[in-house]
Amino acid sequence: MALRGDWVYENNGGTCVAIAGSDYCVIAADTRLSVGYSIYTRDYSKICKLADKCVLATSGFQGDMKALQKNLAARHLIYQHQHNKQMGCPVMAQHLSNTLYYKRFFPYYTFNILGGLDSDGKGCVFTYDAVGSYERVGYSAQGTGAGLIIPVLDNQLKSPSPLLLPAKDAVTPLSEVEAVDLLKDVFASATERDIYTGDKVEIVVINASGIRQELMELRKD
Amino acid sequence: MRPSWRMRTACGRRAGDTLFDSRLALGNFPSTFEIKRVGSNSVEAFEKLKLLSRATLAFIFKEGVIVAADSRASMGGYISSQSVKKIIEINPYMLGTMAGGAADCQFWHRNLGIKCRLHELANKRRISVTGASKLLSNILYSYRGMGLSVGTMIAGWDEKGPGLYYVDSEGGRLKGTRFSVGSGSPYAYGVLDNGYRFDMTVEEAAELARRAIYHATFRDGASGGVASVYYVGPDGWKKMSGDDVGELHYKYYPVVPTPIEQEMVDAPAA
Repeated sequence: MALRGDWVYENNGGTCVAIAGSDYCVIAADTRLSVGYSIYTRDYSKICKLADKCVLATSGFQGDMKALQKNLAARHLIYQHQHNKQMGCPVMAQHLSNTLYYKRFFPYYTFNILGGLDSDGKGCVFTYDAVGSYERVGYSAQGTGAGLIIPVLDNQLKSPSPLLLPAKDAVTPLSEVEAVDLLKDVFASATERDIYTGDKVEIVVINASGIRQELMELRKD
Repeated sequence: MRPSWRMRTACGRRAGDTLFDSRLALGNFPSTFEIKRVGSNSVEAFEKLKLLSRATLAFIFKEGVIVAADSRASMGGYISSQSVKKIIEINPYMLGTMAGGAADCQFWHRNLGIKCRLHELANKRRISVTGASKLLSNILYSYRGMGLSVGTMIAGWDEKGPGLYYVDSEGGRLKGTRFSVGSGSPYAYGVLDNGYRFDMTVEEAAELARRAIYHATFRDGASGGVASVYYVGPDGWKKMSGDDVGELHYKYYPVVPTPIEQEMVDAPAA
C-alpha cells in the first residue's frame, strides 16, 4: 500500500508472544498474513527455528522477516563451522541485535521475539524493537495484538524487575502446561478484538527434551 | 543538560544495507527522511522506535562518582518496558548512561566497550575517561545529522581520579561535575542541586541520587520503573541499590491518616 512513491514497507499484521519458565520456553504466533483489509493467507508461519535451543518469532513486514531469517541462518552455519557448536540463545540474541542495528538507516521492519534455553537450561525470552535494542525478559508480546495481550500477561505473570537489588529471578513460576494454556487463552482474546490476528496459532515449546510444536484453531473472521 | 533529541527515523532510500556503507557514501543520501503520519497504523508503529524516556543523573563528589537512572522505555504513549538497563557497564571501572534511542545507546556503548578493551591491549594500560568519552563523541559526530539520538554520560575512575563527561549525538562533549539528562532532568536537578555537597559520604550521596530520580519519576510521566544507583570509586563501580519507585514513594511519604475535620453523621430520623 505505497501511499508515497518511496514507502517500501508494509505491515503484514499478526502477533507473537513468548513466555519463559524455569526449564522451558513457549513461543507462539498466529498464522494470518494480511495487507490492509485483505487476508493473503491463513497459513503463514512466523516462527523460525534458528538453533537447537533457539527460536525466533517475528511480526511486522514478512518480506524483511524472511530476509532476516535467511541472514541469521547463514551466519549460524558459519558460527557452527568456526566454533564447532550451536549458538546459544544469549549469543544469538546479541547477534540479532547487531544484525538489526547494521541496518539502522534502512531498518528491517520486524518486531522480533527470540526464545529459548540458556546455558543453564533456564528459559529465556529476548524482546527487540525494529533497530535492535534488546532486553532479556520473562515474557513478551509483539505485533498488532500486543497491546491487547501485554496487560493480561502483566497481570498474570508480572515478575520482579531484574534491576532490583537484591536480585530476584525474572522467570515465571508457572508450569509448562499452565503457560501453554495461558497462551491459548490470550490468543483467543486477542483474536476477538484485533482484525489482524486469527486463523491459527502455532505454539512452539522448547525444553530439555527438545522442541515440540502444536497448532490451535482460532476464529477465522 | 538535556539533549535536543528529535525523533526522526532515518530511512535511507538507498538499497545499501550496512551502517558503514551508508556513512561513507554521502553523495545522494538524504540523511533523514520524515515519515508523514499518513493513514495506517503501521506507519505510526514504525516511527515509534523504542525511546528511552528518562531520568538519568551523575555527579562527582569527594569519594568518587554516583550514577543513577530510572528504567522506563516508551514508544509514543505506550510504555514498552519498565526494566530497561540504562546504566551500562563499559568495563569494571567505567559506566555509561543511556538516554535517547535505546538501540543507538546500546549499540554504541557496546562498541565503546570493545574499543576501550582494544586500547588496553594495544597500550598495556587502561583508557582514561577523557579518552573513552572522546572516542564515543568522535563516532557520534561522524554520524551527525543522520538521526541518531544519544544523550549519554560517561563516568569512571582513572589515574587522574573521578571523571564525568556528557556526550550527545549532536557531537557535543562536556566535562563537568553534575549532570542530569532526560525528560525528568529538571525535576532531578532541583533535588540534586539543593542537596549537593562536595564532602558527602557514599551513603549520603547514593541517597541523594535515589531521591532525585524518585522525584523525577514522580512528576515526569515518561520516567518510572526501578531507580538504580551505582557508585564508582577507586576500585571500580559497585551497584548501590535498585528500588521500585512505587515502593520508594511510600517509604519517603508514608500514608498518614488525615485528621477528620467534620464528620458526617446520618440525619436524625424526623
